[in-house]
Amino acid sequence: MGDAASKLRDLPEDARVILRPLVETTWRFYAVAGLLGAVALWGLVAYYLQFHSGLGRTGLNQPEYWGIYIIDFVFFIGISHAGTLISAILRISKAEWRRAITRSAEFITVLVIGFGAIQPIIDLGRPDRLLNVFKHAQLRSPLLWDVISIGLYFTASTIYLYLPMLPDLAIIRDAGIKAPRFYRWLAAGYRDTPEQRNRLERAIGILAIVVIPLAVSVHTVIGWIFAMTLRPMWHSTIFGPYFVMGAIYSGIAALLIAMVVLRRAYRLEEYFRPVHFDYMGRLLLLFSLLWLYFTFAEYLTAFYGGEHAEMRTFWAKVSGPFAVPFWTMVLCCCVIPLGLMCRGATRTPRGTLYASIAVVIGMWLERFNIVVPTSVNPRWEFEQAARYFPSWVELSIMAGTFAGFILLYMVATKFFPIISIWEIREGREVAKHEVPERVASYLPPDPIGAA
Amino acid sequence: MPRWGMVIDLDRCTGCAACEVACKSENNVPAVSPAQADMGRAVSWMKVMVLVEGDFPDTTLRFVPRPCMHCDNPPCVKVCPVAATYLSPEGIVGQIYPRCIGCRYCANACPYTVKYFNWFAPTWSESERAHLNPDVSVRPKGVIEKCTFCHHRLQKAREDARAEGRELRESDYQPACAEVCPTAAIAFGDLDNPQHLVGTLSHEPRATRLMEELGTEPKVYYLTPRT
Repeated sequence: MGDAASKLRDLPEDARVILRPLVETTWRFYAVAGLLGAVALWGLVAYYLQFHSGLGRTGLNQPEYWGIYIIDFVFFIGISHAGTLISAILRISKAEWRRAITRSAEFITVLVIGFGAIQPIIDLGRPDRLLNVFKHAQLRSPLLWDVISIGLYFTASTIYLYLPMLPDLAIIRDAGIKAPRFYRWLAAGYRDTPEQRNRLERAIGILAIVVIPLAVSVHTVIGWIFAMTLRPMWHSTIFGPYFVMGAIYSGIAALLIAMVVLRRAYRLEEYFRPVHFDYMGRLLLLFSLLWLYFTFAEYLTAFYGGEHAEMRTFWAKVSGPFAVPFWTMVLCCCVIPLGLMCRGATRTPRGTLYASIAVVIGMWLERFNIVVPTSVNPRWEFEQAARYFPSWVELSIMAGTFAGFILLYMVATKFFPIISIWEIREGREVAKHEVPERVASYLPPDPIGAA
Repeated sequence: MPRWGMVIDLDRCTGCAACEVACKSENNVPAVSPAQADMGRAVSWMKVMVLVEGDFPDTTLRFVPRPCMHCDNPPCVKVCPVAATYLSPEGIVGQIYPRCIGCRYCANACPYTVKYFNWFAPTWSESERAHLNPDVSVRPKGVIEKCTFCHHRLQKAREDARAEGRELRESDYQPACAEVCPTAAIAFGDLDNPQHLVGTLSHEPRATRLMEELGTEPKVYYLTPRT
């Protein structure tokens, strides 16, 4: 390790700071990783029990067919919109402040999407027959649309994470600070020649455009899984766009939490600067307002129509057995983030952290409020409303998947630079001069007749 | 080709639940423990739904026997990712147990909540095991099951008719619930055949279907009570 540390010292400053977590690991990291690993193992044990004896181990029943797993599915895939979508939009819109944050966002996407995608498999009564989805694929089922769009999105966002990381992987390879053969293989012969750089940037540009419709399609289709049924308060055209909006909202919040933690743990205060939190906080503000608008539109439409079946679910949420999760959701998705993010004084790292934690909790509750109240209130009035209490198996698997995701993200920060070294350098060397030129090009020439 | 359907006269239904019991023993529907039943995990392909109307003492009990509606436009068939639930050419909505992956999407999509899930593997007492119906497959854990209009009886009736060299008669194919109903509240047959009882009953002014407005085109008709 001493050897690696001395090699690290010889690197330029950006690389030195950003690559430090790859060679130095504190006891705190091991302690947290051990704890998370234990929780993840506990979740695996719970799943083994469920796999062995059947879904009866859950609290699910008839007609409450979908519970924690489907809630987590929607929630995790929502979080996955953090990365690719936000980073792609910032790249395309040439937002220069993106440089420090894109990588950490893209990592969230790629890692969380796997944890999202396994949820419906955990929810299957016959996971052993999973491959029937390909063998007997029935394309008119929204679940198949989901398999396709999540598959495409996972592939595209993995490439979109990997490609912009190539120059950094080459830096690690050349510095020789860690596992030389692993990084030689990963860097795939990238030498950062002008020709290679040019090609790489073109490929990133194309991918950034390709992943946006894919990201939009993923959460639209998840919304459609519910909306395509005739269930009260699911059967609604707002679900596609509502889910996409909510996904980006929870994604921004997850990214902000990750940024605050990374900044503290790896001393990256100079990279994740207050201005990043200020700008991301403004995005959070925008989405809290959008959330309010979408939610109001959804509930007003159901209420005004006043159809009996819809109203049973509506009142169950607003003033019935689900009033607590419903109003906590309103508090967490709207009141808290709106209150904190509308003032510059609280758009600080600490303020955005509080707002983001509220949003993540609120968005999980929103998924709960979508899945459960409709499930327990069937359309036919002869059918009695059901009850649902998640069993310890469901809660353990949920805890296990959350822990597993955080653990994997932590481990990833030990193998990959969580901030893009070359993009920061490019910012220092190129963008700093480009931006004044770009601003000048927006304005009429001075004097106007000059050009 | 016949279009199998059912007409249930609610005026005749006494709520005795003989149809429920007959269905369970005909189709090897496993009993669950009381604790499981309290959780809402009892399986009842045919279920007599009870609605209490009015306040005490002016109360009325209404009974509605509810099998699968065997919709002509079944919401469950559309959403199944593996085509494990299907609409047969004769209008019976069936379930392929060995193919079902247990995602329960069909169960969520069904507005009549007629789809049941096997939360655990079924268990049978010794005496039950001896009397399982050999014509109906026993479902494993983790798959969806539902009323099939006893379509195994149709197969058998067809074979019998063919062996005897004659046409299939209305009385040849009756599901267990219709056969056992003591008040003959349940009629079953070919909806498109005016010779069959259901062919005429389903056109009576009293005939209605559950949630017709959803466009699911159920093939179970109810004759509404006159009182």
